[in-house]
Amino acid sequence: MLRIRNLDAGYTNLKVLRRISIHVRAGEIVTIIGANGAGKTTLLKTIAGLIKAPSGEIQFEKHDLTRLNPEKIVFLGCSLVPEGRQVFAPMSVKENLLLGGYVQYRRKRGGEVASDLERIFELFPRLKEREGQLAGTLSGGEQQMLAMGRALMARPKLIMMDEPSMGLAPLIVKDIFGIIGHLRHEGNTVLLVEQNAKAALGIADRGYVLETGRIILEENAEELLLNRDVQRAYLGRDLDAETKI
Amino acid sequence: MYWEPDKECMDREELLQLQMEQLQAVLARVYMHVPFYRRKFDEQGIDPDDFRTLDDLTTLPFTTKEDLSENYPYGLFAVPLREVVRIHASTAMTTVVGYTRNDIKTWSNLVARVLTAGGVTKDDVVQIAYGYSLSTGGFGLHYGAERIGASVIPISTGNTERQVKIMQDFKTTALVCTPSYALRIADKIHDQGVTLGALSIKYGLFGGEPWSEEMRQDIQNKLGIIATDNYGLSEVIGPGVACECLEQNGLHINEDHFLAEIIDPQTLKPVKPGETGELVITTLTKEAFPVIRFRTRDLTRLMPGTCACGRENMRMARIQGRSDDMLIIRGVNVFPSQVEAVLRELEGLTPPYQIVIDRIRALDDMTVLVAASESEAFDEIKKQHERIKAIRDRLSSALGIAVNVKLVENKSLEQQSGGITKVIDRRRI
Repeated sequence: MLRIRNLDAGYTNLKVLRRISIHVRAGEIVTIIGANGAGKTTLLKTIAGLIKAPSGEIQFEKHDLTRLNPEKIVFLGCSLVPEGRQVFAPMSVKENLLLGGYVQYRRKRGGEVASDLERIFELFPRLKEREGQLAGTLSGGEQQMLAMGRALMARPKLIMMDEPSMGLAPLIVKDIFGIIGHLRHEGNTVLLVEQNAKAALGIADRGYVLETGRIILEENAEELLLNRDVQRAYLGRDLDAETKI
Repeated sequence: MYWEPDKECMDREELLQLQMEQLQAVLARVYMHVPFYRRKFDEQGIDPDDFRTLDDLTTLPFTTKEDLSENYPYGLFAVPLREVVRIHASTAMTTVVGYTRNDIKTWSNLVARVLTAGGVTKDDVVQIAYGYSLSTGGFGLHYGAERIGASVIPISTGNTERQVKIMQDFKTTALVCTPSYALRIADKIHDQGVTLGALSIKYGLFGGEPWSEEMRQDIQNKLGIIATDNYGLSEVIGPGVACECLEQNGLHINEDHFLAEIIDPQTLKPVKPGETGELVITTLTKEAFPVIRFRTRDLTRLMPGTCACGRENMRMARIQGRSDDMLIIRGVNVFPSQVEAVLRELEGLTPPYQIVIDRIRALDDMTVLVAASESEAFDEIKKQHERIKAIRDRLSSALGIAVNVKLVENKSLEQQSGGITKVIDRRRI
């Protein structure tokens, strides 16, 4: 579904990603794990068209995304749930969701928006309860649900999530990952970027390890959980202390 | 039957993408973790970040068996030793390879592919007659057979009479060993007057040494089985690199884990597609012991086209020989240089010698003929015996196999264009 080859990207005078090559098959949950500053967010932003890539290919289904602007990329079916939720604080929950469904009108499928909204409320009953409430007054977990709901309203084929667990209480993180797992059961394809490697690898099929802008490992998620480098660097296992015992 | 259909029958384009992703990742890993590769790349001005296509692989330096022995024992490991859960080595102890927990898992799955392709299922009783030792054969096949869920008999090599008894009593359905040992077991069965009707055996999966189509027919007829060839080498992973399926038409390379190239051993350039040359392998997924462009010294060719079995991966022909002077004797790799080193060590300088290899009743037999000096011809028999014994013991321990030694007159050593022929291989395979 998504195939990236030799993608270099970054900001003016700062090259963050070096010849990244990854792929995501339809129906998969793929996660990219890596330390803070490894380039995870830059990668998702580049796919979403928010940062222009100086070189490399991003192929989404039959389309080359590298020259497209973000609206067009959403239109084609590739949506981003950004880091830090970025909900529209002064607007109500329902208005946020309807904005997410805007692209359906451009696809001439505006008639489906109402039923899509119902579907989102089924998936996130909490949002239904808070339908009229201003997004800025929601808790962190609720805002994350809203950001996910808003992205799903665009009926994406591929949903990309940037640090959905960030700043959330462990119990809420569990809920959020439960919902991501549920999305897969409904046939969605997910590209997930996470610092919480354990939670991400727990639901993913495959994973890539990104280190200082380079992919250094591609494996099935269960193998990555067993990899000692991953355990030490990203799962917080203190192997030095273990050897001393 | 496939073990991992999504991998073995993977769409070609998808495979190429996966190979490139993994090649880029393994290059980043070896550059970070293995000083040998970092130094080599730096010397040649190679930046792993410049790798953009699989074809860029041809710009990388080769890794040779000599590189491995120069970095003995752990110099080429890409992970600290505490992450290594298994260590294997060549019989001559020149190369040492390691495996992480994930490597063992990968390896088991690759061997499970080999066994499945050769007809083995969880309902089979698998007799593994490879040595369970430092070399990779026994344990490699064992883990794969257990992975499938077959009933595994870890009998190891030797004691052919017991092999036959167990084959009968335990109702072995699949035999796993070197092809020459399979023939020896077959001959023993006939010698003992055991009829094929008394055996349950259906499949034979053989590897570890080159063999021929004639030898396959011979084994198949004598044991009443379907025999398939499989290929691997410890420097790369062990068994599990490539295997025949029941079509018996070329060995499927597990390309989602190994990148295969064929080069001309003289010019070191890639041969034209389909031409015979030396097989060069890059591991894509190994954690503890990745190798980049390892020269296997085995001669083969890639076979274009797809196989009737449905696997999409590239096939290679049976191994057709070596691009160096290595001999495989009873599944053990032997170099004439090792014999030379032992003689030099014992005698100060190397006397004229000749290695003669024969196959006696399906068993490889190695004899080293050493030239006796003229004065020696008059030596006491006892002294000569002592010399023979010293050479024999030292050789057997250095090579890891039993060796015969004979003192002969210099002029009786077979000559060819002025020099002594170092190796005479009389085996017909």
